Amino acid sequence: MDDGMKELGDHIAAASGATTGVSVRLGELMLETTPDKVVALLTFLRDDPKCLFKQLVDVCGVDWPEREKRFDVVYNLLSLAKNQRIRVKVATDETTPVPSAAAVYSSASWFERETYDLYGVWFADHPDLRRILTDYGFEGHPMRKDFPLTGFVEVRWDDVQKRVVYEPVKLTQEFRKFDFLSPWEGGIERMLPGDEKATKAS
Amino acid sequence: MADVEIKTLTMNFGPQHPAAHGVLRLVVEMDGEIVERCDPHIGLLHRGTEKLIEYKSFLQAVPYFDRLDYVSPMNQEHAYALAVEKLLGITVPERGQYIRVLFSEVTRILNHLLNVTTFAMDVGALTPPLWGFEQRELLMEFYEGVSGARMHAAYFRPGGVHQDLPEGMLDAMERWIAQFYPFLKDIESLLNDNRIFRQRTVDIGVVSKEQALDWAFSGPMIRASGLAWDLRKSQPYDVYDRMEFDIPVGKTGDCFARYLVRVEEMYQSARIMEQCVKALRTVKGPVRIDDRKIAPPRRAEMKGSMEALIHHFKLYTEGYKVPAGETYTAVEAPKGEFAVYLVSDGTNKPYRCKIRAPGFPHLQALDMMTRGHMLADMSANIGSLDIVFGEIDR
Repeated sequence: MDDGMKELGDHIAAASGATTGVSVRLGELMLETTPDKVVALLTFLRDDPKCLFKQLVDVCGVDWPEREKRFDVVYNLLSLAKNQRIRVKVATDETTPVPSAAAVYSSASWFERETYDLYGVWFADHPDLRRILTDYGFEGHPMRKDFPLTGFVEVRWDDVQKRVVYEPVKLTQEFRKFDFLSPWEGGIERMLPGDEKATKAS
Repeated sequence: MADVEIKTLTMNFGPQHPAAHGVLRLVVEMDGEIVERCDPHIGLLHRGTEKLIEYKSFLQAVPYFDRLDYVSPMNQEHAYALAVEKLLGITVPERGQYIRVLFSEVTRILNHLLNVTTFAMDVGALTPPLWGFEQRELLMEFYEGVSGARMHAAYFRPGGVHQDLPEGMLDAMERWIAQFYPFLKDIESLLNDNRIFRQRTVDIGVVSKEQALDWAFSGPMIRASGLAWDLRKSQPYDVYDRMEFDIPVGKTGDCFARYLVRVEEMYQSARIMEQCVKALRTVKGPVRIDDRKIAPPRRAEMKGSMEALIHHFKLYTEGYKVPAGETYTAVEAPKGEFAVYLVSDGTNKPYRCKIRAPGFPHLQALDMMTRGHMLADMSANIGSLDIVFGEIDR
């Protein structure tokens, strides 16, 4: 099973020339590429007789704030003819646009709108890049790791003004977050508060 | 003769409309009665499920999946449980797998009963929903029997199911299945040859095979367009590979074909239920894995064992750590391919949990399906899409 996937991955890498990495993990095939080559790669995956990934089933973003290119745009494709799935990953940052795949797959349009809405990734040449899930007039990109869970504004009905008003979030209790990374179970090499004193003394 | 300038009328449909199946707002551009363009505005039910899951442990994330598509809760828990199990590298005991398949099919019937009957209501028939909801109540009693809740069950957990079936449930299910076949015949007799129903659905919203692929259709929507594709057959999970059932395929790709596919799927689901009930009478054993680092101990055990008490406390506060990795795991939910793209960074919380809802691309294609149709056909199209806003808006 995994050998067949490796073979397919190598074939794609050789024939399309648009990948920067091929890997098979947990029985899932994954390709990496760069923003300028992603449309060429997706077109190849759709049309190549050995691939025939006719369906783009999902596009989503992942945020890694500590990386220089903080966003991953992840495309999941499905080939009904070969009964095979594949994942394509593109790394980008806040300012570098990724070319839209809407011309290759019609289904990409809304998925890209969602990724733009939640992460603020720009898609160049998108036919209709508007927000999709958040409120009309919403500011910010809520799925970014630096966006707080509670958000910045809350709404309520104002009986005097007879309309819904936006106000800064007021929490009656501070947001509780627990650190579960136990230093006793090993494998985690990091400083806990107070550790710097111990290393200085020893 | 001077050119006559035709001005299109922009109309607002919803978000509070009985045919909108929830909070769908459509901005429709119309030329007389003909729909020129329709732009769905979604997100009115957006609750930030994916963001919330990032702040919860892997077990605490399970109930959010009930609340996505609230008419097929267990199938969505199934996708999430399978994704976590894949990252953990564990397999569920056989009896647990049979129970999961059994309840996945109960859920499929629940969902299709709701969709088929309310679809009929959208195009003018009131009797089917009245009959169908009675059957739904009976099925929800099975939900209540295993989990204590009629809808938001939180029954499938990573590692198996929460508890074994109560005594007598298999007999009750057999009785229910026996009366369900004649009931389905009755529903079909109401709609199949009904002149009004056919006038409203045949040749409405036709989707070709190519369009179904291009717009990422799945489930009954892609099957109605003539593609024999079902994840339960092509990429079987749990014990679906041991089940015997047929995949209905539509010929025309219109609203009527989608209705027919769903009705036939209910017959097939009842068949799978029969096989599971039969198997569960002989397959005994645990219903979840016997690993105290993942599945909590039984309450009785905790009364006497210190170790069990510690495990219970740790699992319900810290939870378990899932090895770093990522997976895209899909199941055949009643509405289509429901998938979870789960990224773990090795801690006790998901780093990213993208929920791929089948209704999202289906609703996206509404514009393509309704162009050139009359306004009244739009409600037939929306009904046949089988959309629920809990999963589309997330």
